[in-house]
Amino acid sequence: MLRYTIRRLVQLVGVVLVLSLLLFAWMRLLPGGPVSALLGDRSTPEKAAELTKQLGLDQPIFVQYIKFLGRAATGDFGVSTGVQPGDSALDIFLQRFPATIELSFFAIVIAIAIGVPLGYLAAKRRGGWFDNFSVIGSLIGVAVPVFFLAYVLKDAASVGLGLPSQGRQGDINATRVTGFFTLDGVLTGEWDATFDALEHLILPSIALATIPFAVIFRITRAAVLDVLDEDFVRTAEAKGLTAQLIRRRHVLRNAMLPVVTTIGLQTGALLSGAVLTEKVFSIPGVGQALAIGFERRDYPVLLLLIIMATIVYVVVNLLVDLSYALIDPRIRTR
Amino acid sequence: MALLEVRDLTVVFQRKGEEPFRAVDGVSFDVEPGQTVGLVGESGCGKSVTSLAIMGLLPKRGAKISGTVKYDGTDLLKLSDKEMRDRRGRDLGMVFQDPLSSLNPVVPIGLQVTEVLERHRGLSRKEAMIEAKNLLDKVGIPDPNRRLKEYPHQLSGGMRQRALIAIALACRPKLLIADEPTTALDVTIQAQILSVMKELVQDLGTALVMITHDLGVVAGLCDEVNVLYGGKVVEKAMRHKLFAEPRHPYTHGLLASIPRLDAAPGEKLTPIKGSVADNIPWEHGCAFAPRCPNALDVCVQVTPPEEDQLGRLLRCHNPVVPGTPAAEEVPV
Repeated sequence: MLRYTIRRLVQLVGVVLVLSLLLFAWMRLLPGGPVSALLGDRSTPEKAAELTKQLGLDQPIFVQYIKFLGRAATGDFGVSTGVQPGDSALDIFLQRFPATIELSFFAIVIAIAIGVPLGYLAAKRRGGWFDNFSVIGSLIGVAVPVFFLAYVLKDAASVGLGLPSQGRQGDINATRVTGFFTLDGVLTGEWDATFDALEHLILPSIALATIPFAVIFRITRAAVLDVLDEDFVRTAEAKGLTAQLIRRRHVLRNAMLPVVTTIGLQTGALLSGAVLTEKVFSIPGVGQALAIGFERRDYPVLLLLIIMATIVYVVVNLLVDLSYALIDPRIRTR
Repeated sequence: MALLEVRDLTVVFQRKGEEPFRAVDGVSFDVEPGQTVGLVGESGCGKSVTSLAIMGLLPKRGAKISGTVKYDGTDLLKLSDKEMRDRRGRDLGMVFQDPLSSLNPVVPIGLQVTEVLERHRGLSRKEAMIEAKNLLDKVGIPDPNRRLKEYPHQLSGGMRQRALIAIALACRPKLLIADEPTTALDVTIQAQILSVMKELVQDLGTALVMITHDLGVVAGLCDEVNVLYGGKVVEKAMRHKLFAEPRHPYTHGLLASIPRLDAAPGEKLTPIKGSVADNIPWEHGCAFAPRCPNALDVCVQVTPPEEDQLGRLLRCHNPVVPGTPAAEEVPV
């Protein structure tokens, strides 16, 4: 298990290196660049040449890349040119990461908390109105674009329910400890700050949760349908066990393997969904920085954020793979 | 009074847009306390559906069950889901065909044994574990303490079936239903499993309903035998009588199709010709008639009634005369 984990982490280093090289090259192939983004209308050939030199963009691309790697090894990922000009890319990431984690965490929690029980019930009542209704509902969940739903929620639900239509901003009047708004309030005992942060998270996390919810629901339903047909469920029934025990110990435990896999894969969808959700709800997270960084061709920030997103994705999926062993003893002994 | 009284048990499967299918058609039999009764027949004769109907394990939707299944005087078919759950595992135990798929792959063997003890005998997990160890010991699983912690894939096929027998008998039910318990096992293991079951059933005084297509299993185990064909009992007799003088042509055919050690070398087996697919509906005569060597004209016109004749219950217009050799040889 330990060897497996180490091997996967070594692989991750390789992935990050290759990815950084590709990103480095691709970003410089994009039309425009930080120079024209910064100078805009005031651009003259002289000014542009000067800024290009200042940013080091006049050097051959592989020289730039080697220099980047050298600086990255010391923790210096360059200085932002567009998102928060002058700030270091790493600081921007560290400032914004907690907001995105909070948003994604609540979104996936909502998706699991609703998707798994609903998937189980739909499978149990296969072909009934509840099943049909939720299958159609989940289709809508997958099909409706996040940005559209986000706007609908923002405009309709915030007015109708009086919920905040924007994410929590960084200017909150509370003690910061970890950077996570919800967690800080708990740690410092400032419960109103936690409550406030949660309230601000409701609509964005619902918007972000729809697609993962729909996917988790469908996978759970299919997995439970498979397991319900298994002989060991009949054995459990023949023992006269209570319906709850059969559900928990015999059906859900066996159905969880594909569901856990899906949850891992959905983290990728969450990260891309976060870009749109954060933009719509003005949440100062990584997604928003990515959107702005892309508009303004902020190479250092884009590079770091995308690499970090990749690392999160790979690590989450590694955790998923490791959790298989907890769920299924057949994998453990292999 | 019989421990189990099955009367006119009928199971009709109804699917949308399909003809209703009578899997079990008016089956009646009794099981006395401690007695072993066989239900014999080929695939599709309704023997497994009969057992599932008795256990209340048929799907609620799509299966229409009628008749009565009296256990100790109570009609099990009239019990609520909850009442039936209280009885399953406690009063009635069941062993299934495929021991690997019948055990939960992600739950240790120990827990799969103890959960039934906790449920019906109110034991704590700790007490149940001690009892589970004794049970595994009793069914002949070596090193039970180690096996309790292991998972089904770590056990051999024979050991898995032993574990399932331990589970089914954990609460000392008065009735055990075994549905083809040896079919998925090696021949060498089959005999061991049968002897373990026989021994335990005798020790506990448990009545056994043995469902099988294997007449060898019946010969070694059953007191009384019900031969099923097309969802109906076609011949019911005590074991000795049935083997010595099979009267229904189907029973006769089943016995004649068994390979014999004392047969001359090169002698061919005599199979029953045709397959279940050739059956005619019971309303139009005898379902077996199209495959029957003894068939008369009346067999495809009048449904043979179940009659007490020749010292047994028989459903046949033209029973086999004792001493008849197997029907003419059919090349296989």
